[in-house]
Amino acid sequence: MRAKLRCSLLVNGERAEALVASYKTLLEVLREDLGLTGTKHGCELGECGACAVLVDGAPLLSCLELAVQCEGRDIQTIEGLAKGTELHPLQAAFADHGGSQCGYCTPGMLMTAKALLDGNPDATREQIKEAISGNLCRCTGYQQIVDAVRLAAARMKTR
Amino acid sequence: MNSREIDAPDFRYIGKKRRAKEHPRFVSGRGRYVADIALPGLKHVALVASPHASARIVSIRTEAALAAPGVLSVLTGEEFCANTDALAIGVDAPKVTRYALARGVVRYAGEWVAAVVADSRALAEDAAELIEVDYQTLPHVIDPEEALEDKTLVHPAHGSNVLYRRKFVWGPVEEAFAKAEHRIAFRAVWGRSATVPIETFGVAAQWNPGTGILDVWASIQMPKYPDQTARALRLQGNAVRVHYDVDVGGSYGVKRGIKHTVLVGYLAKKLGAPVRLIEDRLENMRGGDMQGPDRFFDMRAAFDGDGTIRALKIRAVDDVGAYAGRSPFQLGKPVTAICGPYTIAAIEYEPTSVMTHKTPQEAVRGFGQSPTNFAIERTIDRIARHLGMDRIALREKNLIRKDQFPYTIPSGSTYDSGDYHEVLGRALAAADYPALVRARDEARRAGKLAGIGVSTCLEPSGGNSAFEVLMNPKMENTTWMDSCLVRVDLSGSITGVINNSSSGQGHESLVSTVLGEVLERDPESIRVVRADSLTALPSNSPVGSRMAIMLGGAAAGAAKAIKANLVAIAAHAFECSPEDLEYKSGDVNVKGAPARRLTWDQLVETAHRKFHKLPAGMEPGLQAKFVWEVPTGGDLPTPEGRIQIYPCYAFEAHVVLVDVDPETGKPTIGRYVCGHDCGVMINPDIVHGMTYGGIAHGIGAALYEKFAYTEDGQLASGTFMDYLIPSAMEVPPLAIVDHCTPSPLTTFGQKGSGEAGYLGAPAAIANAVNDALAPLGASIDALPMTHLAIWTAIDGAQKKAS
Repeated sequence: MRAKLRCSLLVNGERAEALVASYKTLLEVLREDLGLTGTKHGCELGECGACAVLVDGAPLLSCLELAVQCEGRDIQTIEGLAKGTELHPLQAAFADHGGSQCGYCTPGMLMTAKALLDGNPDATREQIKEAISGNLCRCTGYQQIVDAVRLAAARMKTR
Repeated sequence: MNSREIDAPDFRYIGKKRRAKEHPRFVSGRGRYVADIALPGLKHVALVASPHASARIVSIRTEAALAAPGVLSVLTGEEFCANTDALAIGVDAPKVTRYALARGVVRYAGEWVAAVVADSRALAEDAAELIEVDYQTLPHVIDPEEALEDKTLVHPAHGSNVLYRRKFVWGPVEEAFAKAEHRIAFRAVWGRSATVPIETFGVAAQWNPGTGILDVWASIQMPKYPDQTARALRLQGNAVRVHYDVDVGGSYGVKRGIKHTVLVGYLAKKLGAPVRLIEDRLENMRGGDMQGPDRFFDMRAAFDGDGTIRALKIRAVDDVGAYAGRSPFQLGKPVTAICGPYTIAAIEYEPTSVMTHKTPQEAVRGFGQSPTNFAIERTIDRIARHLGMDRIALREKNLIRKDQFPYTIPSGSTYDSGDYHEVLGRALAAADYPALVRARDEARRAGKLAGIGVSTCLEPSGGNSAFEVLMNPKMENTTWMDSCLVRVDLSGSITGVINNSSSGQGHESLVSTVLGEVLERDPESIRVVRADSLTALPSNSPVGSRMAIMLGGAAAGAAKAIKANLVAIAAHAFECSPEDLEYKSGDVNVKGAPARRLTWDQLVETAHRKFHKLPAGMEPGLQAKFVWEVPTGGDLPTPEGRIQIYPCYAFEAHVVLVDVDPETGKPTIGRYVCGHDCGVMINPDIVHGMTYGGIAHGIGAALYEKFAYTEDGQLASGTFMDYLIPSAMEVPPLAIVDHCTPSPLTTFGQKGSGEAGYLGAPAAIANAVNDALAPLGASIDALPMTHLAIWTAIDGAQKKAS
């Protein structure tokens, strides 16, 4: 159980190697072994969505997944969302529209919204709400988050 | 969706839309929260919690845990309590001592009994499971009314479960009750809930024996935090350095982890290693001591047939759980708005703070005002129903009129300004109230249950915390300042230094906007940084909706001093009086002679480099501090307990349409409008964002959220699966209608608004649910109005009818 395993992960397009305890979750390995602290822990029970990352393009709660199960899969975290210094349209819209306040749920919210818009660029207000319904936010009442996702979707289409 | 009908003064930057300073780092995952701070050699704490609500600790065996892999230390209450001092108590109850670890006795299920320090949290948790504690269970009391009987004492040394009780009588209450044409009495119950931020509380500490400084990083929102940490650890105040450049992942009042901090500080100093405690979700909800008000109100009202409300008698009993802290003061804030926004001339208020064997209470958004607003607004609706009078007409009859401000209420607090009728009118217009009534009535005709709720509520803001001296004469505290330091460097760049951490309120945006406004420089170019507690000017942290007022006022004061220096330098150069000069966008020219001008860059260079050109006596460089005290503050309470604590009163009018499924009791909010007046908004997007969040939080308190306890004193809702905070699916589209009545007391006419939305939402939703139940003859006066509670009320009414 305490034996460490070599774990090879593809994170934000880069190959990362870590020697990790087998019981460590993807969340723990991202934060503690790879130094990618943008992904947050809120409950570690799969109930709040703060730790959502994309694995093979789909949102996944990284607190519930062992890192060793993610070998060879394509992992995207908040750190990989911007292109260099250029914010992703979702990030820009969140910043412009007050989509974050304390910022703690924001990374999970943004990754979940990215998965939605990647698959459904015309998402309606209801579809957005449904998609983020597993991401709890205590600051915003979700109003400006939904507005921001809609704004980002519109901006992405006119590109 | 906001209607912007602002009649506010014209500003250059204030009130304008602008991306918040904080947002770029938050959206890119570059926020720096306590769990993100990497300290080399960091050690981790896990806790052993009491499984009993009330028990004597017979013995603790720690040997197996100490021998477990990676374990550095196991700490129990015996050692900890002998080497630290008890945490501060607000009310006068010196024998209600409280430490981070229990010694001898546990007083609630979840109370910390031992702490393990290990190389990782996982190793610490594994070792914590090896600690064996023998308990002898003792009688416990969970119900506050039973606790008032004092048959089972939570703190026998205190002699009673009552921490605080006083009957205030302001005005001719008995006479009004005797003369009034009508009287009603009922009980309103506010369920135990809290803010439950998505980030749990966390703290890391590191002791440096070389400097004798304990460095602290914490997700904290708490006045006097460094001071209280030092005192409990028996250190000098300047031996604790709290780093305020830590982003806090939500707080809304509760992030006051002083017990966590003293524990971690003690361990860090003892072990000579950096130590961190990050609560897990259950620790946050149960042993973190961050549950909120748990209160019932026995309300009595005296009124006439025309709807004139003559007097209220309010008995409020608040169950603060097993220890005191500052929680009894949450009965004190409502003194300052005890009659709501109404012209009620006589009030009796009897607050009682009682202890039970439950998790201790902490400050929650509004500091006790939202429960009180709920009780008052239920009273208004019940009066209307009693008289068969329209609820809006009844409110309009009793609301303080615009021409009555400043208005002093019976408890001695003066409301600064407002136009309550206008704000209510705008909310009703935005909701299209006649259409709302038609929609409700159509739904009823179709056999559904539907109701409209209205609430008109106050948000006292920016206070000086003088409920301390009101409720504990031994605490003669009336000072509650905040400060800002402003520096203009040699390159002409402006930096504001603030003295606290923030938890999403946008203080960097606030200060840059204010500095930009006063100095007429682009806020985009202004940087705002945070001092640590050893370099900081005095601050009382972002509590009580105070920062727009107090930090905004302090920043403006410092910026004005900078501006005065620049003008003085120019006056010296032009050999004229400052009155002959005008300041424009940082440049200073002689009035009527624009060419006789010194630019910002020239003035800044003179301040920094050309002492020979400075007016005599002027300090070189370009920096200014300003420490501002709460306007209207400084007076002690009168013997009758009349007091002014909060200078500014924002106002909110909520209009809500709720459908209730008669089969399941499930409520659905169909329409939500909030009319809001918090004076001049410095950053409207931030104010609106906090208001939306406050409404969502209010929806939770009204319909879903409850820290429920079993009969044997166990917390029954310690996860997000049973403590239900609203998701995106439970929050309907929210509309805010702004109005602006500037405060005459503040720099720009701003009022506080950090608690907006939450202060009126539960009241409005409760009124809507009751309107929906009215055709059945049913009513509910207890929050949260869960599906089950609503269904039970429907079922009871139907059984009664059949």
